[in-house]
Amino acid sequence: MQLAKIKDCLKCQIISQNIDLNLDIQFAYASDLMSDVLLLAKPGALLLTGLANNHTIRTGKIAASSAIVFVRGKKPPETAVKLAVEYQIPILATELSMFDACGILFSNGIKGITIKK
Amino acid sequence: MKPDIIFKQEFKIKGGDFINGGDASCKIGNILKEVGIDPDIILRITVAAYEAEMNAVIYALKGTMVFSIGTDKITLKIEDEGKGIKDIELAMQEGYSTATQEIREMGFGAGMGLPNIKKNADIFNISSKVGKGTHLEIIFYLNNKNV
Repeated sequence: MQLAKIKDCLKCQIISQNIDLNLDIQFAYASDLMSDVLLLAKPGALLLTGLANNHTIRTGKIAASSAIVFVRGKKPPETAVKLAVEYQIPILATELSMFDACGILFSNGIKGITIKK
Repeated sequence: MKPDIIFKQEFKIKGGDFINGGDASCKIGNILKEVGIDPDIILRITVAAYEAEMNAVIYALKGTMVFSIGTDKITLKIEDEGKGIKDIELAMQEGYSTATQEIREMGFGAGMGLPNIKKNADIFNISSKVGKGTHLEIIFYLNNKNV
């Protein structure tokens, strides 16, 4: 699914400008706990989170996330936006809850990531 | 004869620095990408580096992370000065954490850091002295296909 469609489905606001909306995304994970994101890390996956700080962006970079969507109307501070631009990770924000955002993406074919034991 | 170490860099870690904490691991990821290491190996290395770096930021006063690329392996050595770990076996258990509520609100302290480092590493050595600090050695083999 293209990032442009994800943006439309979730009624997202684009936070970091000049992003590639043609980006193709197949997988996503959703968590407010960055430790869990690091466990699930899969290159190219979309990260949905309600945690909006610098570490969300760094975790996204480390986990090689394709993009980050902040849910529940959370907005990252300016320092986090700058980091996202530096790391070239597109960031978007939606007013939807985590559950609703995940449900919409899942019903549109985005797959989840199961923890590797 | 090829040298054993092709590249080496030391990063300083400052305890409690949540603004810059994690930056060294991101830089390591960029270096590995430039060198042309396999993305799956980069992911394992950067995840382990980030977990280790953030542990030092969260729990220690200061520390260093030495990153070296060899002909057949990549090594991370993280040495911190701080309170150390009283019971390593307990600290290695998934879910065990001594993190404060403040740390948890930042998205960390789930008790998955050390187990996740071990999971991603080929070799993981840990030693710690209470009141002194913790030393980690993390090795990833390249299977001679990337460097």
